[in-house]
Amino acid sequence: MSADTPPTPAVPDRSPTPREVVARALADVPRTPGAPKPDPIIVADGVRRTFGGINAVDVEHLEVQRGAITALIGPNGAGKTTLFNLLTGFDRADAGTWTFEGRSVQGKPAARMAGLGMVRTFQLTKALSRMRVIDNMRLGATGQRGENLFAALLPWLWRAQEDAISARADELLTRFKLDGKADDFAGSLSGGQRKLLEMARALMTHPTMVMLDEPMAGVNPALTQSLLGHIQGLRDDGMTVLFVEHDMHMVRHISDWVVVMAEGRVVAEGPPETIMQDQAVVDAYLGAHHDTDLGDDALLEEDVVEQYEAEAEAEEATK
Amino acid sequence: MTTTTVSDVHRGAPEGTPLLDATDLYAGYLPGVDILNGCNLVLHPGELVGIIGPNGAGKSTLLKALFGLVPIRQGSVVLGGDEITNQRADKLVRRGVGFVPQTNNVFPSLTIEENLRMGIFQDPKRFAERFEFVTDIFPALGERRRQRAGSLSGGERQMVAMARALMMDPSVLLLDEPSAGLSPVRQDEAFLRTRKINKAGVSIVIVEQNARRCLQICDRAYVLDQGRNAYSGPGRELMNDPKVIELYLGTLAADVEAAAHDDTQG
Repeated sequence: MSADTPPTPAVPDRSPTPREVVARALADVPRTPGAPKPDPIIVADGVRRTFGGINAVDVEHLEVQRGAITALIGPNGAGKTTLFNLLTGFDRADAGTWTFEGRSVQGKPAARMAGLGMVRTFQLTKALSRMRVIDNMRLGATGQRGENLFAALLPWLWRAQEDAISARADELLTRFKLDGKADDFAGSLSGGQRKLLEMARALMTHPTMVMLDEPMAGVNPALTQSLLGHIQGLRDDGMTVLFVEHDMHMVRHISDWVVVMAEGRVVAEGPPETIMQDQAVVDAYLGAHHDTDLGDDALLEEDVVEQYEAEAEAEEATK
Repeated sequence: MTTTTVSDVHRGAPEGTPLLDATDLYAGYLPGVDILNGCNLVLHPGELVGIIGPNGAGKSTLLKALFGLVPIRQGSVVLGGDEITNQRADKLVRRGVGFVPQTNNVFPSLTIEENLRMGIFQDPKRFAERFEFVTDIFPALGERRRQRAGSLSGGERQMVAMARALMMDPSVLLLDEPSAGLSPVRQDEAFLRTRKINKAGVSIVIVEQNARRCLQICDRAYVLDQGRNAYSGPGRELMNDPKVIELYLGTLAADVEAAAHDDTQG
């Protein structure tokens, strides 16, 4: 974009892309942690999870916009995956309430969340490696009538449904360019193909919200572009996406909104173009600005370190 | 990606022969996958040197490679004039290299004193003398010597692990993220203890995620990116270097511009 281009070029002859629609919806959202969204699909309050006295997650308020791709970023140990596990029902919170599509869902197990339309993938893929790719897909479908012991004996009760499931599985495999691998064992797929399989399998349930835990981790760069395209495709099809990611380039490239966590809390929110300039984000990644400079030689005096220790012990005793 | 010339790979390093000299290291966990792609590091006597960098840069891998825990495929490590590339960890301990792993670094069912004894099992006669030295740096450990390590907080365990590594009187101490998982006050304590150990004459290489704190306490630091040396220099200089911040946040102006370009094109 050259310097003399007007800031908002008028494009009258086309309808806005899904990305532009979302950007417009989020334009007036304040850039503060816990900012209210115009159309939230998730609203969380006071969510806390502690491990051995340390607050892994301590989120006061968080809203996730419907139909948007929201990135959850933060340094190692910020609590991103833990929050993910809580929201998707893979872990239990010590405190807090949250709603999904307006329904109170805290404490609901993962299978129930999937039933309500929220599915997730994992950082380390959980494809069933000794089953064929197509069978991995078919397993993803929910509410299969043949699961009932007696119904299983009466094929005419479930055959039509099973055919529909198979058709859906074939369609998704084609969409994710895995159709050539349908009869291979899932264990023979590359890391990136497994990510695609996980995403495709998640879609078998017709979810409204897809949660992706580090979708780019361990993916061959050659597959990155197509994976990014698929994630954007989820939004363009009307799904809401929340993903955890370390790769800033990817965050910048596809997300509509970025939530930054550090030490269990949400420390900043905003659009990807400006979020990196937020001082709280710089602090989160580089370590916070403290008043004391630990390079100061005065701190090496006999008692000073002991004072730190005493303070730490007092802190630990209250937990 | 920046290209570094040999002269500024060790920018700010003192004159003379380094105590530890790692040259052009290639190493990794899986066959054919290198995590380190030509890393260099020198540690001069008495120095406190930091290794920082974004997630997955190879910081901990470099430290483990120095300590013989990750096979080095190419390159060399020299300690005090002797080649120690790929030597076994127990041999390195005997040669005066101490290592503090990031996690699972104490024996929880043993007492503090027993943990420290484990640190000097190769030379048990010196236990009393060394115990006095480390409890001088970590007085609380002496007072609570009979307490089981499993009952300690994360911060206290970290102190036990550091103390145990000091039992063999190392000339080089390798610390892998001593602040990981600790409360802010405990982190600061760990950093100050690290400085005290350094002042007591131990040369230290410290890998840290808390870059700002690490740069405050160390004499020099190496910034790694994708298994290579990206920048290096005195801690104070790196702390204020916009290139370092950029590396962490990936907020390259060019990136933003390119995306804007994509948007107008698409």
